[in-house]
Amino acid sequence: MEPILQVKDLNVSFHVRGGEVKAVRGMNFEVGKGETVAIVGESGSGKSVTAQTIMRLIPSPPSVIKKGEVIFQGQDLLKKTNKQMEAIRGKDIGMIFQDPMTSLNPTIKIGKQITEVLIKHQGMSFSEAKKHGIEMLKLVGIKNAEERFDQYPHEFSGGMRQRAMIAIALACKPTLLIADEPTTALDVTIQAQIMDVMKEMQERLGTSIILITHDLGVVAGMCDRVIVMYAGEVVETGTKWEIFKNPQHPYTKGLLRSMPRLDQKKDEPLIPIVGTPPDLIKPPVGCPFAARCDEAMRICERVDPGATEFSDTHMARCWNLHPMAKEAQSS
Amino acid sequence: MKDNHLIEVKGLKKYFNVGKGQILKAVDDLNFYIREGETLGMVGESGCGKSTAGRTILRLYEPTAGSVNFNGTDIYKLSPGKMKAMRRDMQMIFQDPYASLNPRFTVSDIIGEALDIHGLAGSRAERKKRIEELLDMVGLNSDHATRYPHEFSGGQRQRIGIARALAVNPKFIICDEPISALDVSIQAQVVNLLKDLQDRLGLTYLFIAHDLSMVKHISDRVAVMYLGKMVELADSEELYANPIHPYTKTLLSAIPIPDPEIEANKKRLTLENDMQGPISAAKGEDGTVQLDVKDSELVEVSKGHWVARAYA
Repeated sequence: MEPILQVKDLNVSFHVRGGEVKAVRGMNFEVGKGETVAIVGESGSGKSVTAQTIMRLIPSPPSVIKKGEVIFQGQDLLKKTNKQMEAIRGKDIGMIFQDPMTSLNPTIKIGKQITEVLIKHQGMSFSEAKKHGIEMLKLVGIKNAEERFDQYPHEFSGGMRQRAMIAIALACKPTLLIADEPTTALDVTIQAQIMDVMKEMQERLGTSIILITHDLGVVAGMCDRVIVMYAGEVVETGTKWEIFKNPQHPYTKGLLRSMPRLDQKKDEPLIPIVGTPPDLIKPPVGCPFAARCDEAMRICERVDPGATEFSDTHMARCWNLHPMAKEAQSS
Repeated sequence: MKDNHLIEVKGLKKYFNVGKGQILKAVDDLNFYIREGETLGMVGESGCGKSTAGRTILRLYEPTAGSVNFNGTDIYKLSPGKMKAMRRDMQMIFQDPYASLNPRFTVSDIIGEALDIHGLAGSRAERKKRIEELLDMVGLNSDHATRYPHEFSGGQRQRIGIARALAVNPKFIICDEPISALDVSIQAQVVNLLKDLQDRLGLTYLFIAHDLSMVKHISDRVAVMYLGKMVELADSEELYANPIHPYTKTLLSAIPIPDPEIEANKKRLTLENDMQGPISAAKGEDGTVQLDVKDSELVEVSKGHWVARAYA
């Protein structure tokens, strides 16, 4: 599968009063055509910063893109001017944010917010754009789309607003859609509907999706591949089957263990991951998870583990998985 | 868990006047009890009235009608002075650990305030000792006492909130979405702490949440709320195994399971329309809500499993 997006050795920092927060540290991944890739990790792991860097939406200062490349359809987005990015955003790459109330303009009618992108990027006339816009609203499951077209965001419920956001993001049939926690602010029943809408739209338009979330349940239902981030680094990647059925990294295993399962016995306690993530002003030299890891060895704190590959798609970074580790233990 | 009912809620209603002659029936005729030492989970989507129910039960809101008996005393009939004394027994842990701690207070001020208000502190040394004891109980240490909330992570702040609630030796704690704002890896830490404290101190919880898997894990019984009414109530195992009300079924089928095999084979139920909100339902314009919420009196269909009469 030919990748439409390649992120290579991306490093992003923030300058704050206490020093330099190294939010993303050497991120590498690819997204194939029509593929859904999930980036999971807890708050502060760098997943949103990665997404915003791809879109070049990250404010600078305080942020600095230290090094790396973001190759989208053969071109490095990090080398584009702001003007060139404006032509790409909304047209080739769409984005859906967590909170639709803050990302929709409350003073502009929904219809105008959809037609705006169509007029700007597709050069449509207003009446063409309106026709297409209403069609998009219908596609994402908004009833009475003609009426809704002339309403303001506050007249929409949370789920409806997120549907409208999806309609706007997909209006120009982008090659890539970045969805940053698109369902986190919504109720489970609405979340299920929004996920269905996204899947259906993807099948129809062949869009690739980067889904950023902390909800592993959503990942299991929606994605092809999973990237697990911790403290600004990728600690494990694999297909969803590899990640859920055969997780390798202690952090991934810990995440899966700490969630209650519906078939779990009531008196069986949850196994939490002890401790908290490291401070990225002074990121640990070794494995970032070492301080919270049950299986940590002396080397873990001192040297960053390299990648161990289990298949063409499955990789984890942990010293215990290193081919030499087993020999060392048995000797 | 004992058999006596620590909390008995009867006919509880809380209406809000939202202007233009409209009444929002946030909580509409709730009837249930909580046994001593039990955890009752309360689930439902935003706007269903679960948080309002929690706050009204603690009398943070005055009710429109109904009664709440705590150990046999109707708390709505108490004078302000007696109510204050009663609050020692009933505490609350809030959803947002960032908003519910005073940023200008140190941890020892935050926990100590509860002791001071109820005159539980005694001497300064005793007060300090009690604060350290509470910090230890929730997995923090005495060094933390002089720090401010912003110096802590979300999970640690929630621990401070729990220590504050425990300071007055309550019998009953309402946990209003205590883990929703926390990361997955931290949620389990806080839930385990709550369970452990319940075992050690014999606490009774009303656990309000929208994370259905977590509610099942922590609760003995689970109540499902919809448009201000309770539509189903059963033992947690029973509710998840045999949901009866269509809304409960929809809710359960919407939980995303972290297992691609289950997700791939899952049949999802959807309600035909989005929830119309309690206002239109209250006005009787609920023609679009195909669920019957009018006949909502609970009927016992099997032992301990109650469901709204329209679906029983």
